[in-house]
Amino acid sequence: MTAGTRPGKLPTDPALPTRRTFVATTTGTAVGAIMVAGHSAAAAGAAAEVPATRVSLTVNGTRRTATIDNRTSLLDLLREHFGLTGSKKGCDAGACGACTVLIDGRRVNACLTLAVRLEGADVTTIEGLADGNELHALQQAFIDQDAFQCGYCTPGQIVSGAACIEEGHTGSPEEIREWMSGNVCRCGCYPKIVRAVQQAAGGK
Amino acid sequence: MHPFTYTRASDVPEAIAAGRRGGRYIAGGTTLVDLMREGVERPETVVDISGLPLRDVVATERGGLRIGALVTMAEAAAHPKVRALFPVVSEALELSASAQLRNMASIGGNIMQRTRCPYFRDPTAACNKRDPGAGCAARGGFNRGHAILGASDSCVATHCSDVAVAFAALEATVRLLGPDGRRQVPIAEFLLRPKTSPDREHDIGDGELITAIELPALPRPLQSGYLKVRDRQSYEFALTSAAVALHVHGGVIRTAKVAAGGVGTVPWKLPAVEEHLVGERPSQSLWATAAAKSADGASPLQHNRFKVELLKRTVERQLRIVGGTE
Repeated sequence: MTAGTRPGKLPTDPALPTRRTFVATTTGTAVGAIMVAGHSAAAAGAAAEVPATRVSLTVNGTRRTATIDNRTSLLDLLREHFGLTGSKKGCDAGACGACTVLIDGRRVNACLTLAVRLEGADVTTIEGLADGNELHALQQAFIDQDAFQCGYCTPGQIVSGAACIEEGHTGSPEEIREWMSGNVCRCGCYPKIVRAVQQAAGGK
Repeated sequence: MHPFTYTRASDVPEAIAAGRRGGRYIAGGTTLVDLMREGVERPETVVDISGLPLRDVVATERGGLRIGALVTMAEAAAHPKVRALFPVVSEALELSASAQLRNMASIGGNIMQRTRCPYFRDPTAACNKRDPGAGCAARGGFNRGHAILGASDSCVATHCSDVAVAFAALEATVRLLGPDGRRQVPIAEFLLRPKTSPDREHDIGDGELITAIELPALPRPLQSGYLKVRDRQSYEFALTSAAVALHVHGGVIRTAKVAAGGVGTVPWKLPAVEEHLVGERPSQSLWATAAAKSADGASPLQHNRFKVELLKRTVERQLRIVGGTE
């Protein structure tokens, strides 16, 4: 166990800029790029009317409704429509796990999930894992174990790891590695990720 | 992604009617959504079948199992009856994909999944499977992962499912329901070799829906298991794999069911290996002489010659693991 951990609290001051609002308000070109990315799916459909559907689902305990292009993935719904940018787009092809979220308690790849199919579903993202200001045990364990470098895969790792613990696949480092293999870490933090999952599983 | 209309089928007849009108079924979506995003699949209508009552695993009268088409890979792998009766199926499933994908993907969709051949998935490359008559970029391209068995001039892509290899070994049956009623097709006939029409991959008609996979009753006790060899330890497709099930009685092998994956354009049943085993007493030399027949008829390509020897060793090792006799 690593000593000298930071306190397990989330920033609560709404006046503090988030990284995203900071980026958006400081770089005009970046804002344009984000808008284009957000509407690229619709643009591909040309001028013709694009089939859209109204969908209502629960995200992190809050009921949300949106009318979306049928092609919208859950990942894009979360990031571009609901502003929940914790879930990351790594490969957009189900190969990296950076977009891992829970649907009705089960971990899935949000990039391969068509949002139009989620009427009535209960989605939990990395933003919904903490209990109020109290970090999830695995979030704290990632801090304690220093289980990341760049951090891009971390939200997916933590959501996936939380599910892995719930599933009971944490009997050994080998079992954790196998059942966490759907989350790729380009920085190669695997040994510390395994330790973080072990730590959180042990504290259950 | 090509725009599509979305409908949700509330019962099986409604699904079949929508399928007959040209709708494309979606269950887990792990293959279809990916290929739609790549522009390889361009359905006009997507019919969501996830609400249909095809989620049961039931024992059949004679001691087999029927796995509903919408049972997820994760559910099937963890099911107590599957684990107890057919470990080879559980193992093949748990060695497939990732925990996330196994929570999404269905058993019916698994055997309908399309090849991972990179040329098939690249709309700018020549591919007879995606675009009949276009040619095959893989045959003269980078073909390390491709098939050494069952290929044709038109196509050398492997069938990439693991559990379909277990199904092929066990001689499972695909149960279908369509506009013309019910059908049952052996898995070996359901999955089609490419021949001159690699775009036609399954014996399934317009509007037909897979309702279940049925695993046959086999003599007990039955030892079975799945071995997968790949470039990384997890979350990777097979270079070679072997599904083995053996019934040994009175010290003699009475039943042998063997198939290989990663090497064929369809899951590759190994009848010559099976015949060599039946009636014999398990021994190290028996596993070796039987496995030596597993690559019979292989036609390796420029970059996958290694698969011939790797296949024999994979089958031998899995016979040893399942059959014992150290």
